[in-house]
Amino acid sequence: MSIHHSVQLNRSLCVGCTNCIKRCPTEAIRVRNGKAKIADERCIDCGECIRACPHHAKSAVMDEFSALDQYAYTVALAAPSLYAQFGTPATRVMVLAALGNAGFDDVFEVAVGAEIFSRHASIWLHDALKKGKRPLISSACPVVVRLIQMKYPNLIDHLLPFDAPMEISARLAREQAREKTGLPDEQIGVFFISPCPAKRTAVVSPISSDNSYVDGVIAVSEAYPLILARLEKLESHQVASFANRHLAGSSGVRWGYSGGEALSLDTERYLAVDGIHNVIAILEEVENERLKDIDFIEANSCTGGCIGGPLTVANRFSGKSRQRGYIMAARDLARKHPGAIYPAGQVQIDPWKKELEPNEALKLDKDIFKALQKYEQMEKITADLPGLDCGACGAPDCEALAEDIVRGEASETFCIFKLKERLRLVAAQMSELEQEMNRHLEDDEEESDEAGEAVQ
Amino acid sequence: MRMAVQTVKLSFQIRGSDFVNAGEASSNTKKALSRIGLNPSVVKRAAIAMYEAELNAMIHAGGGQADVEIFPDHVVIQIADRGPGIPDVDLAMQAGWSTAPDIAREMGFGAGMGLPNIKKHADDMRIETIVGQGTTITIHILFA
Repeated sequence: MSIHHSVQLNRSLCVGCTNCIKRCPTEAIRVRNGKAKIADERCIDCGECIRACPHHAKSAVMDEFSALDQYAYTVALAAPSLYAQFGTPATRVMVLAALGNAGFDDVFEVAVGAEIFSRHASIWLHDALKKGKRPLISSACPVVVRLIQMKYPNLIDHLLPFDAPMEISARLAREQAREKTGLPDEQIGVFFISPCPAKRTAVVSPISSDNSYVDGVIAVSEAYPLILARLEKLESHQVASFANRHLAGSSGVRWGYSGGEALSLDTERYLAVDGIHNVIAILEEVENERLKDIDFIEANSCTGGCIGGPLTVANRFSGKSRQRGYIMAARDLARKHPGAIYPAGQVQIDPWKKELEPNEALKLDKDIFKALQKYEQMEKITADLPGLDCGACGAPDCEALAEDIVRGEASETFCIFKLKERLRLVAAQMSELEQEMNRHLEDDEEESDEAGEAVQ
Repeated sequence: MRMAVQTVKLSFQIRGSDFVNAGEASSNTKKALSRIGLNPSVVKRAAIAMYEAELNAMIHAGGGQADVEIFPDHVVIQIADRGPGIPDVDLAMQAGWSTAPDIAREMGFGAGMGLPNIKKHADDMRIETIVGQGTTITIHILFA
């Protein structure tokens, strides 16, 4: 199964350094012929390489605003992390109004989908705990789901089997648009304003269904200047038009940063982990059954959660601070005008129909006999390599080069130390040959001298 | 004549009372088993059983040696130590029975689930132990 990836390489900017290969959590990148190359079957679109590249050669291929032209009616989906990009005096309603003014006919909050997700997650968690199954792992971050498919297939059935809040909100936004306009589905464009490239991958190649309710995914960083410009020119009637529509409650708004999701579940025994390398460490513990006292794990690939996404603009620490303001305001709203909060409790969602498949990209060979042979060979090669993990060969470390050699994708001389050894050997052999040649020449001369003497 | 079967052998030193690097041998073995492409549930069983035995050697016996041999249809994990030995194996096999020192218990180890947990995850487990000389635990995990 090949999936589309949003993280892409711009070859002309790549200088072939080792920054990205060292940071990739699935060792999906190699430098070959001076340029980085991403292995599609291993990439989980976490965006670590985008962050790591000092030359900006890695980027996310996202949709642009021009894609809106294809639709008669468009709706923007605002991620909870979008609000935190804007500080006071901006309010949630102002950000939503400004986003709408940036070219959309309507806006819808992903925080609403988040609240619906949480409600179903609570029920699912309750049942799972009764059956003694713990911990459950959130499936809201698509990077974590793909990571589990590849490295922790044992944990696939620990995932909460629900579509992410983005999909839930997209479905509701679409239904609302259909009712309002009477337009057919294909004329309604639903666009997610995303903090990360993985969400676009999840739309183009959905994780658990055949089709996404989302038509396009635009980077927060792309929408940011448009929203900012419109925030400054916002008129009171534009804000007022939101007065009679429902907003998400604080429990949806707080999904923007790590730990916000877990707070909505009915347990104190939760764990929130963020940053892909930390997530790996925790999943390892879960798989080894060392976290059996934990009920729920919220795992976010990005440090800080979605507000730390590679496509955000605001610093994640100031973002976190701002997010608190939005959460407090949402609480105030719920207290003063309970009727203004979206009735998330009335929306039903179904668990996944399709079972997630493991991704076997890391396997050495399908045949166990060959795999054992390859592993043995790999061990021998690794032991023979210098062990500096310098990355100059284009693989992240010596072990990865050994694996590439065993897979037939590299040779030992990719290692500059091995190459030097070989060169030294060849040089020694050449000088030996030269000496031998010189000896022969001397012999020949002597012979011809003798012959000359005989003639005399 | 029988064809020689290719196996993979791994071996690790287990350092005594090294709580910081606890489980390194089983974690490396787990990595090898999944690289080779074994069924994820097999990898998990092997990793958990080995981890428990490795920790026993680290906590109770001042360390030891772990040897792993991977065959095409099973894996044999042997953890050998020169520790105090187990005076009453039947008692040690009971869930909750533990002689772990306080330092281990404070860190969440030594809940007395070690041996029962190995038995639960292994297809076969053998304990050879001599009081005052040491213990060798041999774990077999079948792939199918």
